[in-house]
Amino acid sequence: MKTDDLITLMTQDAPVGMRYGRAIVIALAAGFVFSALLLVFTVGLRHNLATVFETARVVFKIVVTILLAILAMRLAMRVGRPGEELRVPVCLLAVPVLMVVSAVIAELVVLPVDTWRANLLGRNALFCLFFVPVLSLVPLVGLFWALKKGAPANPMAAGAAAGLAAGAMAAAIYAWHCPDDSPLFLATWYTLAISIVTAAGAAAGHRWLRW
Amino acid sequence: MREEEWAAWLRLAMKGDAQAYNRFLLAVTPHLRSMARRRCDQFGAPPSEAEDVVQEVLLAIHLKRGTWDPTRPLGPWLTTIVRNKLIDSLRRRGRHLNVPIDDVSAFLEAESETHEAADRLDTETVLARLKDPQRDIVRSISIEGAGIRETAARLKMTEVAVRVSLHRALKSLAALYRSK
Repeated sequence: MKTDDLITLMTQDAPVGMRYGRAIVIALAAGFVFSALLLVFTVGLRHNLATVFETARVVFKIVVTILLAILAMRLAMRVGRPGEELRVPVCLLAVPVLMVVSAVIAELVVLPVDTWRANLLGRNALFCLFFVPVLSLVPLVGLFWALKKGAPANPMAAGAAAGLAAGAMAAAIYAWHCPDDSPLFLATWYTLAISIVTAAGAAAGHRWLRW
Repeated sequence: MREEEWAAWLRLAMKGDAQAYNRFLLAVTPHLRSMARRRCDQFGAPPSEAEDVVQEVLLAIHLKRGTWDPTRPLGPWLTTIVRNKLIDSLRRRGRHLNVPIDDVSAFLEAESETHEAADRLDTETVLARLKDPQRDIVRSISIEGAGIRETAARLKMTEVAVRVSLHRALKSLAALYRSK
């Protein structure tokens, strides 16, 4: 095919269907609404939410998961755009990580050694490990739909960023149900659950985000 | 400024201005061509494939133009997408895998090459790989030079259906290059 003929074809297809930026926003909004409703209508919000909200551990759990979710979503928005600066959004992810590390240290200082184990295991560890990936499913599929319109330089890394964003969003939603408040629990089970989704995103990105 | 002129054209194009888009594509192509020719050499790819590389990069620009934020400068976006696709395409064709591509950042300043070389993927081969309405639409627009409206009338389709099929055909073309 002649290049000029190809240009003629492309010229006739000038208008853009849906811009990448809009697709990402739709995916994130729809994913959030779906998963938040899924939580509310299945396991429900924590019954004593109003009273426990005053404790520092609960506030910390909710703030740090929301912060991670926002930072990861910012990164996921950028990975699909050629020429975007990624170093700063990646480095910013260290902020919630350092916050969790500090909280774990504080927890270990404050709590007697014989209660560490109980706080680490919590009450719902396995359910957390199951439900966070479930909540991340629709946001992750949405992000992949949007990233297919994108042009990520590294498909595997883009998939991982999408997995991290979906996993962090799911964790931020799950935190409104989760009865386990120790930073030890957060640092172990939430991290593990988000890592599972991130790894799944990386594998899926390697396979489906080439362009 | 060349970059601002190109950006203005692409901005209009994304809103549906076909003429501006044509101007943009015709302006970019000679630069892609001179770069592709030089790079084929470096990657150990046959020089006869340079025009295919040009077309592959053009298709990437076309299919991914929705990732450019029109409020931002065009340069960084364009050089990145060209570099990524150029490397991808040349690696598939060439023998040397790890060639640093350093001067793509000077893409906007690169010389231009207007003489079109022969392409290896000839029109009939391409058409044979497309499905039915897409094939007729591509033939009507690219070879017979018809517009969307004329093509729609000729094929007894709606204009929307022709547009959708044309877009799919371009996606299929990109996939065809990738699999080659």
